[in-house]
Amino acid sequence: MTTLAVRKPLRTSTIVVYALLIIASVLFLMPVYVLLVTGLKGFKDVSLATMWKLPTSLSLASFVQAWVGVPSAGVKGLAQNFMNSVLLAVPATLISAFLGSMNGYVLSKWRFKGANILFPLMLFGMFIPYQSILIPLVRVLQSMHLYGSRGGLIFVHVVYGIPITTLIFRNYYAGIPDELLEASKIDGAGILGIYIAILFPLSLPGFVVVMIWQFTSIWNDFLFAVIVTSRPALQPITVALNNLAGSYSVEWNVQMAGALIAALPTLLIYIFLSRYFMSGLLAGSVKG
Amino acid sequence: MKGVSRDRAISLALIAPSVVLIAVFVYGFIGFTGFASLTKWDSFEPDYTFVGLRNFAKLFGTMPTDRFLCDLRNTVTFTVLFLIACIVIGFLLAMLLDRHIKGEGLFRNIFLFPMAISYIVTGVAWRWILSPGTAQTGATGINLLFDKLGLGFLKWGWFTDPTIIYIHPDSGFGVFLGHVGLGGLTNPYVGISIAMISVVIAATWQMSGYVMAMYLAALRSIPVEMREAARVDGASEFQVYRRIIIPMIRPVTLSALIVLGHISLKIFDLVVSMTGPGPAFATDVPAFYMWDTTFRGNNFAQGAAIAIILLIVVALLIVPYLVSTTRSEARS
Repeated sequence: MTTLAVRKPLRTSTIVVYALLIIASVLFLMPVYVLLVTGLKGFKDVSLATMWKLPTSLSLASFVQAWVGVPSAGVKGLAQNFMNSVLLAVPATLISAFLGSMNGYVLSKWRFKGANILFPLMLFGMFIPYQSILIPLVRVLQSMHLYGSRGGLIFVHVVYGIPITTLIFRNYYAGIPDELLEASKIDGAGILGIYIAILFPLSLPGFVVVMIWQFTSIWNDFLFAVIVTSRPALQPITVALNNLAGSYSVEWNVQMAGALIAALPTLLIYIFLSRYFMSGLLAGSVKG
Repeated sequence: MKGVSRDRAISLALIAPSVVLIAVFVYGFIGFTGFASLTKWDSFEPDYTFVGLRNFAKLFGTMPTDRFLCDLRNTVTFTVLFLIACIVIGFLLAMLLDRHIKGEGLFRNIFLFPMAISYIVTGVAWRWILSPGTAQTGATGINLLFDKLGLGFLKWGWFTDPTIIYIHPDSGFGVFLGHVGLGGLTNPYVGISIAMISVVIAATWQMSGYVMAMYLAALRSIPVEMREAARVDGASEFQVYRRIIIPMIRPVTLSALIVLGHISLKIFDLVVSMTGPGPAFATDVPAFYMWDTTFRGNNFAQGAAIAIILLIVVALLIVPYLVSTTRSEARS
């Protein structure tokens, strides 16, 4: 505040605005503070009475234990689950983005009769409570021999990712002028030729938005993960973290360190690509 | 002309897999769940004996359990408090940030980053922060902080407090309601489960930044000249907001209410990781009950009935929104 005051005289209203923003920031960052100071405390340093205090010495022991577990006591760490989440989210995101791009292309540039009815019917799929499809989903996955497998969970995320990825790409392609496409149509390019030569090269920002959105939602998903993967060896990190936090034998500092590990990938994406993250977010409210 | 029809065929082939998947995995599955909700299927082996609406009737009764009635009460408590909190906080933050101040990007990121985090992480963190402590441990979490700041009177049981605030039938107002034929309102299922406040705090922390982002985008789209003109005409800052800004951002408020509303009706992960069903179902919600009774209790038909009710409520909110959005788009 003082450095700002030196540069130009502050009006009282500006000071009030900053004061309010700083108070709000402190409140928003409070959980991060608690996670960090608890996670960075050594095992001796952790007690309920000192939970708001800074650690007396920094220790990464909690992170190590959250990552590798206590093999001697049979407590599993999150390392395997972190990898499971990577192996789940990366392919599912890529396939989703590809499908969404195709659908968006067709629905924005090759509109057909009934598209106006089909599109909202598709969109409805992203708002439904997934509880309303879980029972048949489990049975169908079982009959497809996909239940309990990583491939099954990837498939589920791809299917239920269709509405949002289609929506984002459709809105994105709608912003690309039709004249660009007309020119190459006249030159004799077909539907796929136009996509490859013109639309795909212009699609990068759309892909970034969709991929960030899909990666974040798949990484953070709990419901599909807990239903589809029953074997601990295949469970993504959200399920493992929930188990870790629900276990009374795991100390608070390890739980907090585990929570930070689980949050880290999507947080990093957010920090470095927040602009694209925002576009995806606002697209989620349909109007885009 | 021949090329065009070939392209047309290819375009349909490109979109066909997605259409089929949505048709089967969304609409077909909903149909199956609806069918299952009308059957006797209450063990691991499917039993498709038709029982009519019995599973639904059971949910709205108190025997053998009043769990669903508690869930509905909790969902209403949660939805109302969560929507108010998000809209108010989101709007205030957007108003503050709209002044093109220094460090806007940093503040915006601070308010928005919780959106990037899983509800499970949020739940784990907030459960630790709001844990009230026991007789053995003394005050913990936020209660401990209150003690240290001399605000000990603010301490309470957070998500462990089973208190339901409702109009008791023997109270003065309760007797009055009974006389005017509104005695139905005087029961604990028409009340407020105060343990839900903890879940509201965590969810608001996660989602209010989203509302801020929507409002900020809307505020930025209002022409500066419009506000200036009003100010020149002698309107106070309050009048500018009341007469110009708030009416202009009404569509955004509606979008935010619908998006947040359907999230709050479906809330599941946060309850799993933060509180579970709570004491006397004080923090139980329909999505959790469905999961619990279906996949832990093998009572598939009962779970299907809960899912169908949840779907109908969400559809009542979302379908008009989707229809009006796509219509207004078609017009433009």
